[in-house]
Amino acid sequence: MYFLFYLLLGFTLLFLNSDLSGAVITMMNVIIVLVPLIGTIFGVMYYYDSKEFTELLLAQPVKRSSIFLGQYFGVAISLAASLVFGLGIPFVAYGLFQSAAIFDFTMLLITGVFLTFIFTALAFNIALSNENKIKGFGFAILLWLFLAVIYDGIFLMALMHFQEYPLDKFALIATMGNPIDLSRILIILKLDISALLGYTGAVFKNFFGTNFGSTLSLILLSVWVILPVWRISAKAKKKDF
Amino acid sequence: MVTIENLHKKFGKNEVLKGIDLTIKDGGIFAVLGPNGSGKTTLIKSILGMVIPHEGTIAINGQSIKNNWQYRKEIDYLPQIANFPGNLTVKELIKMIKDLRDKPANDDELIAYFKLEPFLDKKLVNLSGGTKQKVNLVLTFMFDSPLVILDEPTSGLDPISLIRLKDWIQKEKAKGKTILITSHIMSFVEEVSDDIIFILEGKIYFKGTVAELKQQTKQTSFEHAIATILTENHV
Repeated sequence: MYFLFYLLLGFTLLFLNSDLSGAVITMMNVIIVLVPLIGTIFGVMYYYDSKEFTELLLAQPVKRSSIFLGQYFGVAISLAASLVFGLGIPFVAYGLFQSAAIFDFTMLLITGVFLTFIFTALAFNIALSNENKIKGFGFAILLWLFLAVIYDGIFLMALMHFQEYPLDKFALIATMGNPIDLSRILIILKLDISALLGYTGAVFKNFFGTNFGSTLSLILLSVWVILPVWRISAKAKKKDF
Repeated sequence: MVTIENLHKKFGKNEVLKGIDLTIKDGGIFAVLGPNGSGKTTLIKSILGMVIPHEGTIAINGQSIKNNWQYRKEIDYLPQIANFPGNLTVKELIKMIKDLRDKPANDDELIAYFKLEPFLDKKLVNLSGGTKQKVNLVLTFMFDSPLVILDEPTSGLDPISLIRLKDWIQKEKAKGKTILITSHIMSFVEEVSDDIIFILEGKIYFKGTVAELKQQTKQTSFEHAIATILTENHV
């Protein structure tokens, strides 16, 4: 389903835009909001749905961390594969390999994959900490809403409020605290569209330059994956069933 | 041999196990008894490593089970509530567990023994409670492990299956296995078990044979002996 959705999205956007790099930008906006949402919902749903299965496995001679990490990677990898193939096929069909947009597009897919892994991991963390299904779902959706929408709002308000002060450092740190912002900047840096850069992007670019900035944000995204995954295995070790 | 020392477990503020010391020798059938919520299942799940105790140690054959999972290869466990992934068929489930354990299994014999052939291709959601329990029994007994843990094995079984189950348990015992059972059916316990471990409010109240229990409580029937313990302790 998820795969078909991206396939359809890819073809529609390309049809409407008829220009590859234009479609990449539109796609960015979609990916940045939608991928985390899907990752969160699927992660939480899968965990609660496979609870019986987990309990069955726990009594078998299987390592705890391999049960939970196995489930996590199972969900994350299949979601990521749907994304890559769903978007990849239409773009390839439209002659991606002949166009200059190929690197931008690759970057887009990489961040999409990162976001999938990050948000599925966060969702698993939430599900592991909440026995109550409804509560777990609620927290997961709130987390997505917070990082995708509210965070930016607070960030913007803080910038307005303290505009007399030098805000470069604050802006940098605040961006690193949100994987969605981080991915956005990463893609925009890659696309090199200063009009879309915004304040943080500009600071980022000034501070690090395009190449170093990209590397740094990739590293930070990896940290965003590693930390929640590490917590999944730590949490799973201590949980009672 | 299972050695449990000073086992404590709390769920929130509810202290379920308050210092259990227990040694279970190899061979024989041991029944864990106690009123509802006395901590029987928690004790069993602690042995299996599904519940992590706050204090105390559990060792199986001298090896601590903490952060260890290999030891579960030598345990067969029958969970109290048969929660199976509903979208699998009985056959698929059995195959999956066999793949997981990677040990020789006598599943065909057990399927025939519990008359499960007509249900092999049915999905687990569509099975009745008793049939699910039989599947549960097949999954538990199909491997030849030295320690077998049965949590309420009789629940939902019809009289014929119950007799078959008792026979099977005796057969397993004859192989020299250690079998740990919890049950509320006193006649079943009296019939099958060699030793009784009575848990009350998170502590071991009594450990010994049925005859010893009757002697201690001065009752002639096993059921009344248990009832005496419970009324004396105002449960």
